[in-house]
Amino acid sequence: MKTGHKKVLLIIPSKILARGMEAVLSELGEFRVEGILSDLSHASEARLRNVDADVIVIDPIVFDYVSRMSARSRISEYSDAAVVAVKTVPMEDEQMKQYDGIINMYDDPVSVVKKLRESVIAHEEAPDTDDYDLSAREKEILVCVAKGMLNKEIADFYNISIHTVITHRKNITRKTGIKTVAGLTVYALLNNLIDSSSLEL
Amino acid sequence: MTTEIQRIVFSESMKLADLIDVNYKLLNVLSRMGISLGFGEHTISEVCSRQGINLNSFLLICNIYTYEGYLPSADLMTGADSVTIVDYLHNSHSFYLGKEFPALERNLKDMVEPCCDTQKKIVARFFSDYRAQVENHFAYEEDVVFPYVRALKEGRMQEGYSIEQFEENHSNIDETLGDLKNIVMKYLPESCDTVLRNEVLYRIYRLEEDLAKHTIIEDSVLIPMVNKME
Repeated sequence: MKTGHKKVLLIIPSKILARGMEAVLSELGEFRVEGILSDLSHASEARLRNVDADVIVIDPIVFDYVSRMSARSRISEYSDAAVVAVKTVPMEDEQMKQYDGIINMYDDPVSVVKKLRESVIAHEEAPDTDDYDLSAREKEILVCVAKGMLNKEIADFYNISIHTVITHRKNITRKTGIKTVAGLTVYALLNNLIDSSSLEL
Repeated sequence: MTTEIQRIVFSESMKLADLIDVNYKLLNVLSRMGISLGFGEHTISEVCSRQGINLNSFLLICNIYTYEGYLPSADLMTGADSVTIVDYLHNSHSFYLGKEFPALERNLKDMVEPCCDTQKKIVARFFSDYRAQVENHFAYEEDVVFPYVRALKEGRMQEGYSIEQFEENHSNIDETLGDLKNIVMKYLPESCDTVLRNEVLYRIYRLEEDLAKHTIIEDSVLIPMVNKME
């Protein structure tokens, strides 16, 4: 584990809450707030990608109701940090499960730090890499996607679960920044992962 | 709470030239509204009344273009005119299809000049697919939504359609443009000229921003307005 302060990024619309969190963490040491975003706008996404945070503390209210279920995976498109939710309004348990930890408004400062620490450890144990190059398996999956294969077909072809295919696809998008199938096809062609003769041009 | 936002938004007594000085990207808005340059020292309200443009609609659009997170005030919304908004959106479509896309296509073509044939083809194909996607999306608005709003304004209520069905899905279009940006920035061969590449990127960033504002005007001005008329 790295020594020194762990870096925290806050994504919290309430200025009072954000400032309070910053003050509490700075008093106790161990964690330090490196940045505060009030939303997940376009500009924020770029910052999210570039703040090398160990843990992100987010108020899920920044997501609208529909996208709240996929909030965690949306963050992981931009950052490898552990993600802890701070609950400011009542939310469904189901929506809270995706986070690495949950802070309540009335938690005392010591338990906030404890929760952050636990979430970082739990997250580090989960397999993940900082590597932005595609792995061999990811390249194989990318080629299938570029050729127009569906998730189910890819899963059957490699004898893996659909869930695993989806995880690979998410990682491919996180690493390349490319989201559409057409875009991934162009990426595969430009990087000579596929031959243009295998597609109609 | 009279927010700070409300104090700094544009007002009708402002000179048109000062408006542009605050946000030069409004030059696009002026041309789509049919206001040509050379307006001297005239104020917003003077120019609007001379050109027969609904003042509140003009202010709404300029505010949305300029202030992130701007929420239209009830006053402006009440005084705004749905047909002016529709005309604006229509002119924006013509601008994208008639001016912006051909220009972007030319820039892309110049940029990939040093690439091999296959690479040229795949970039051109990606862009033409994107363009077709956007054209398709615009066509629905032009053929269904806009005529509906105009008819409603003339007091002709139409059976079988309501603005609620105007459920938008821009996300795919936005993602495709985002992918083009990433490809140009990160994955084209180094033989492509940097200046030409920058030109394409500037264009994409501007277009991205412009389309985002376009969507906000549809979602937070046109739809609520028509909802009220229905």
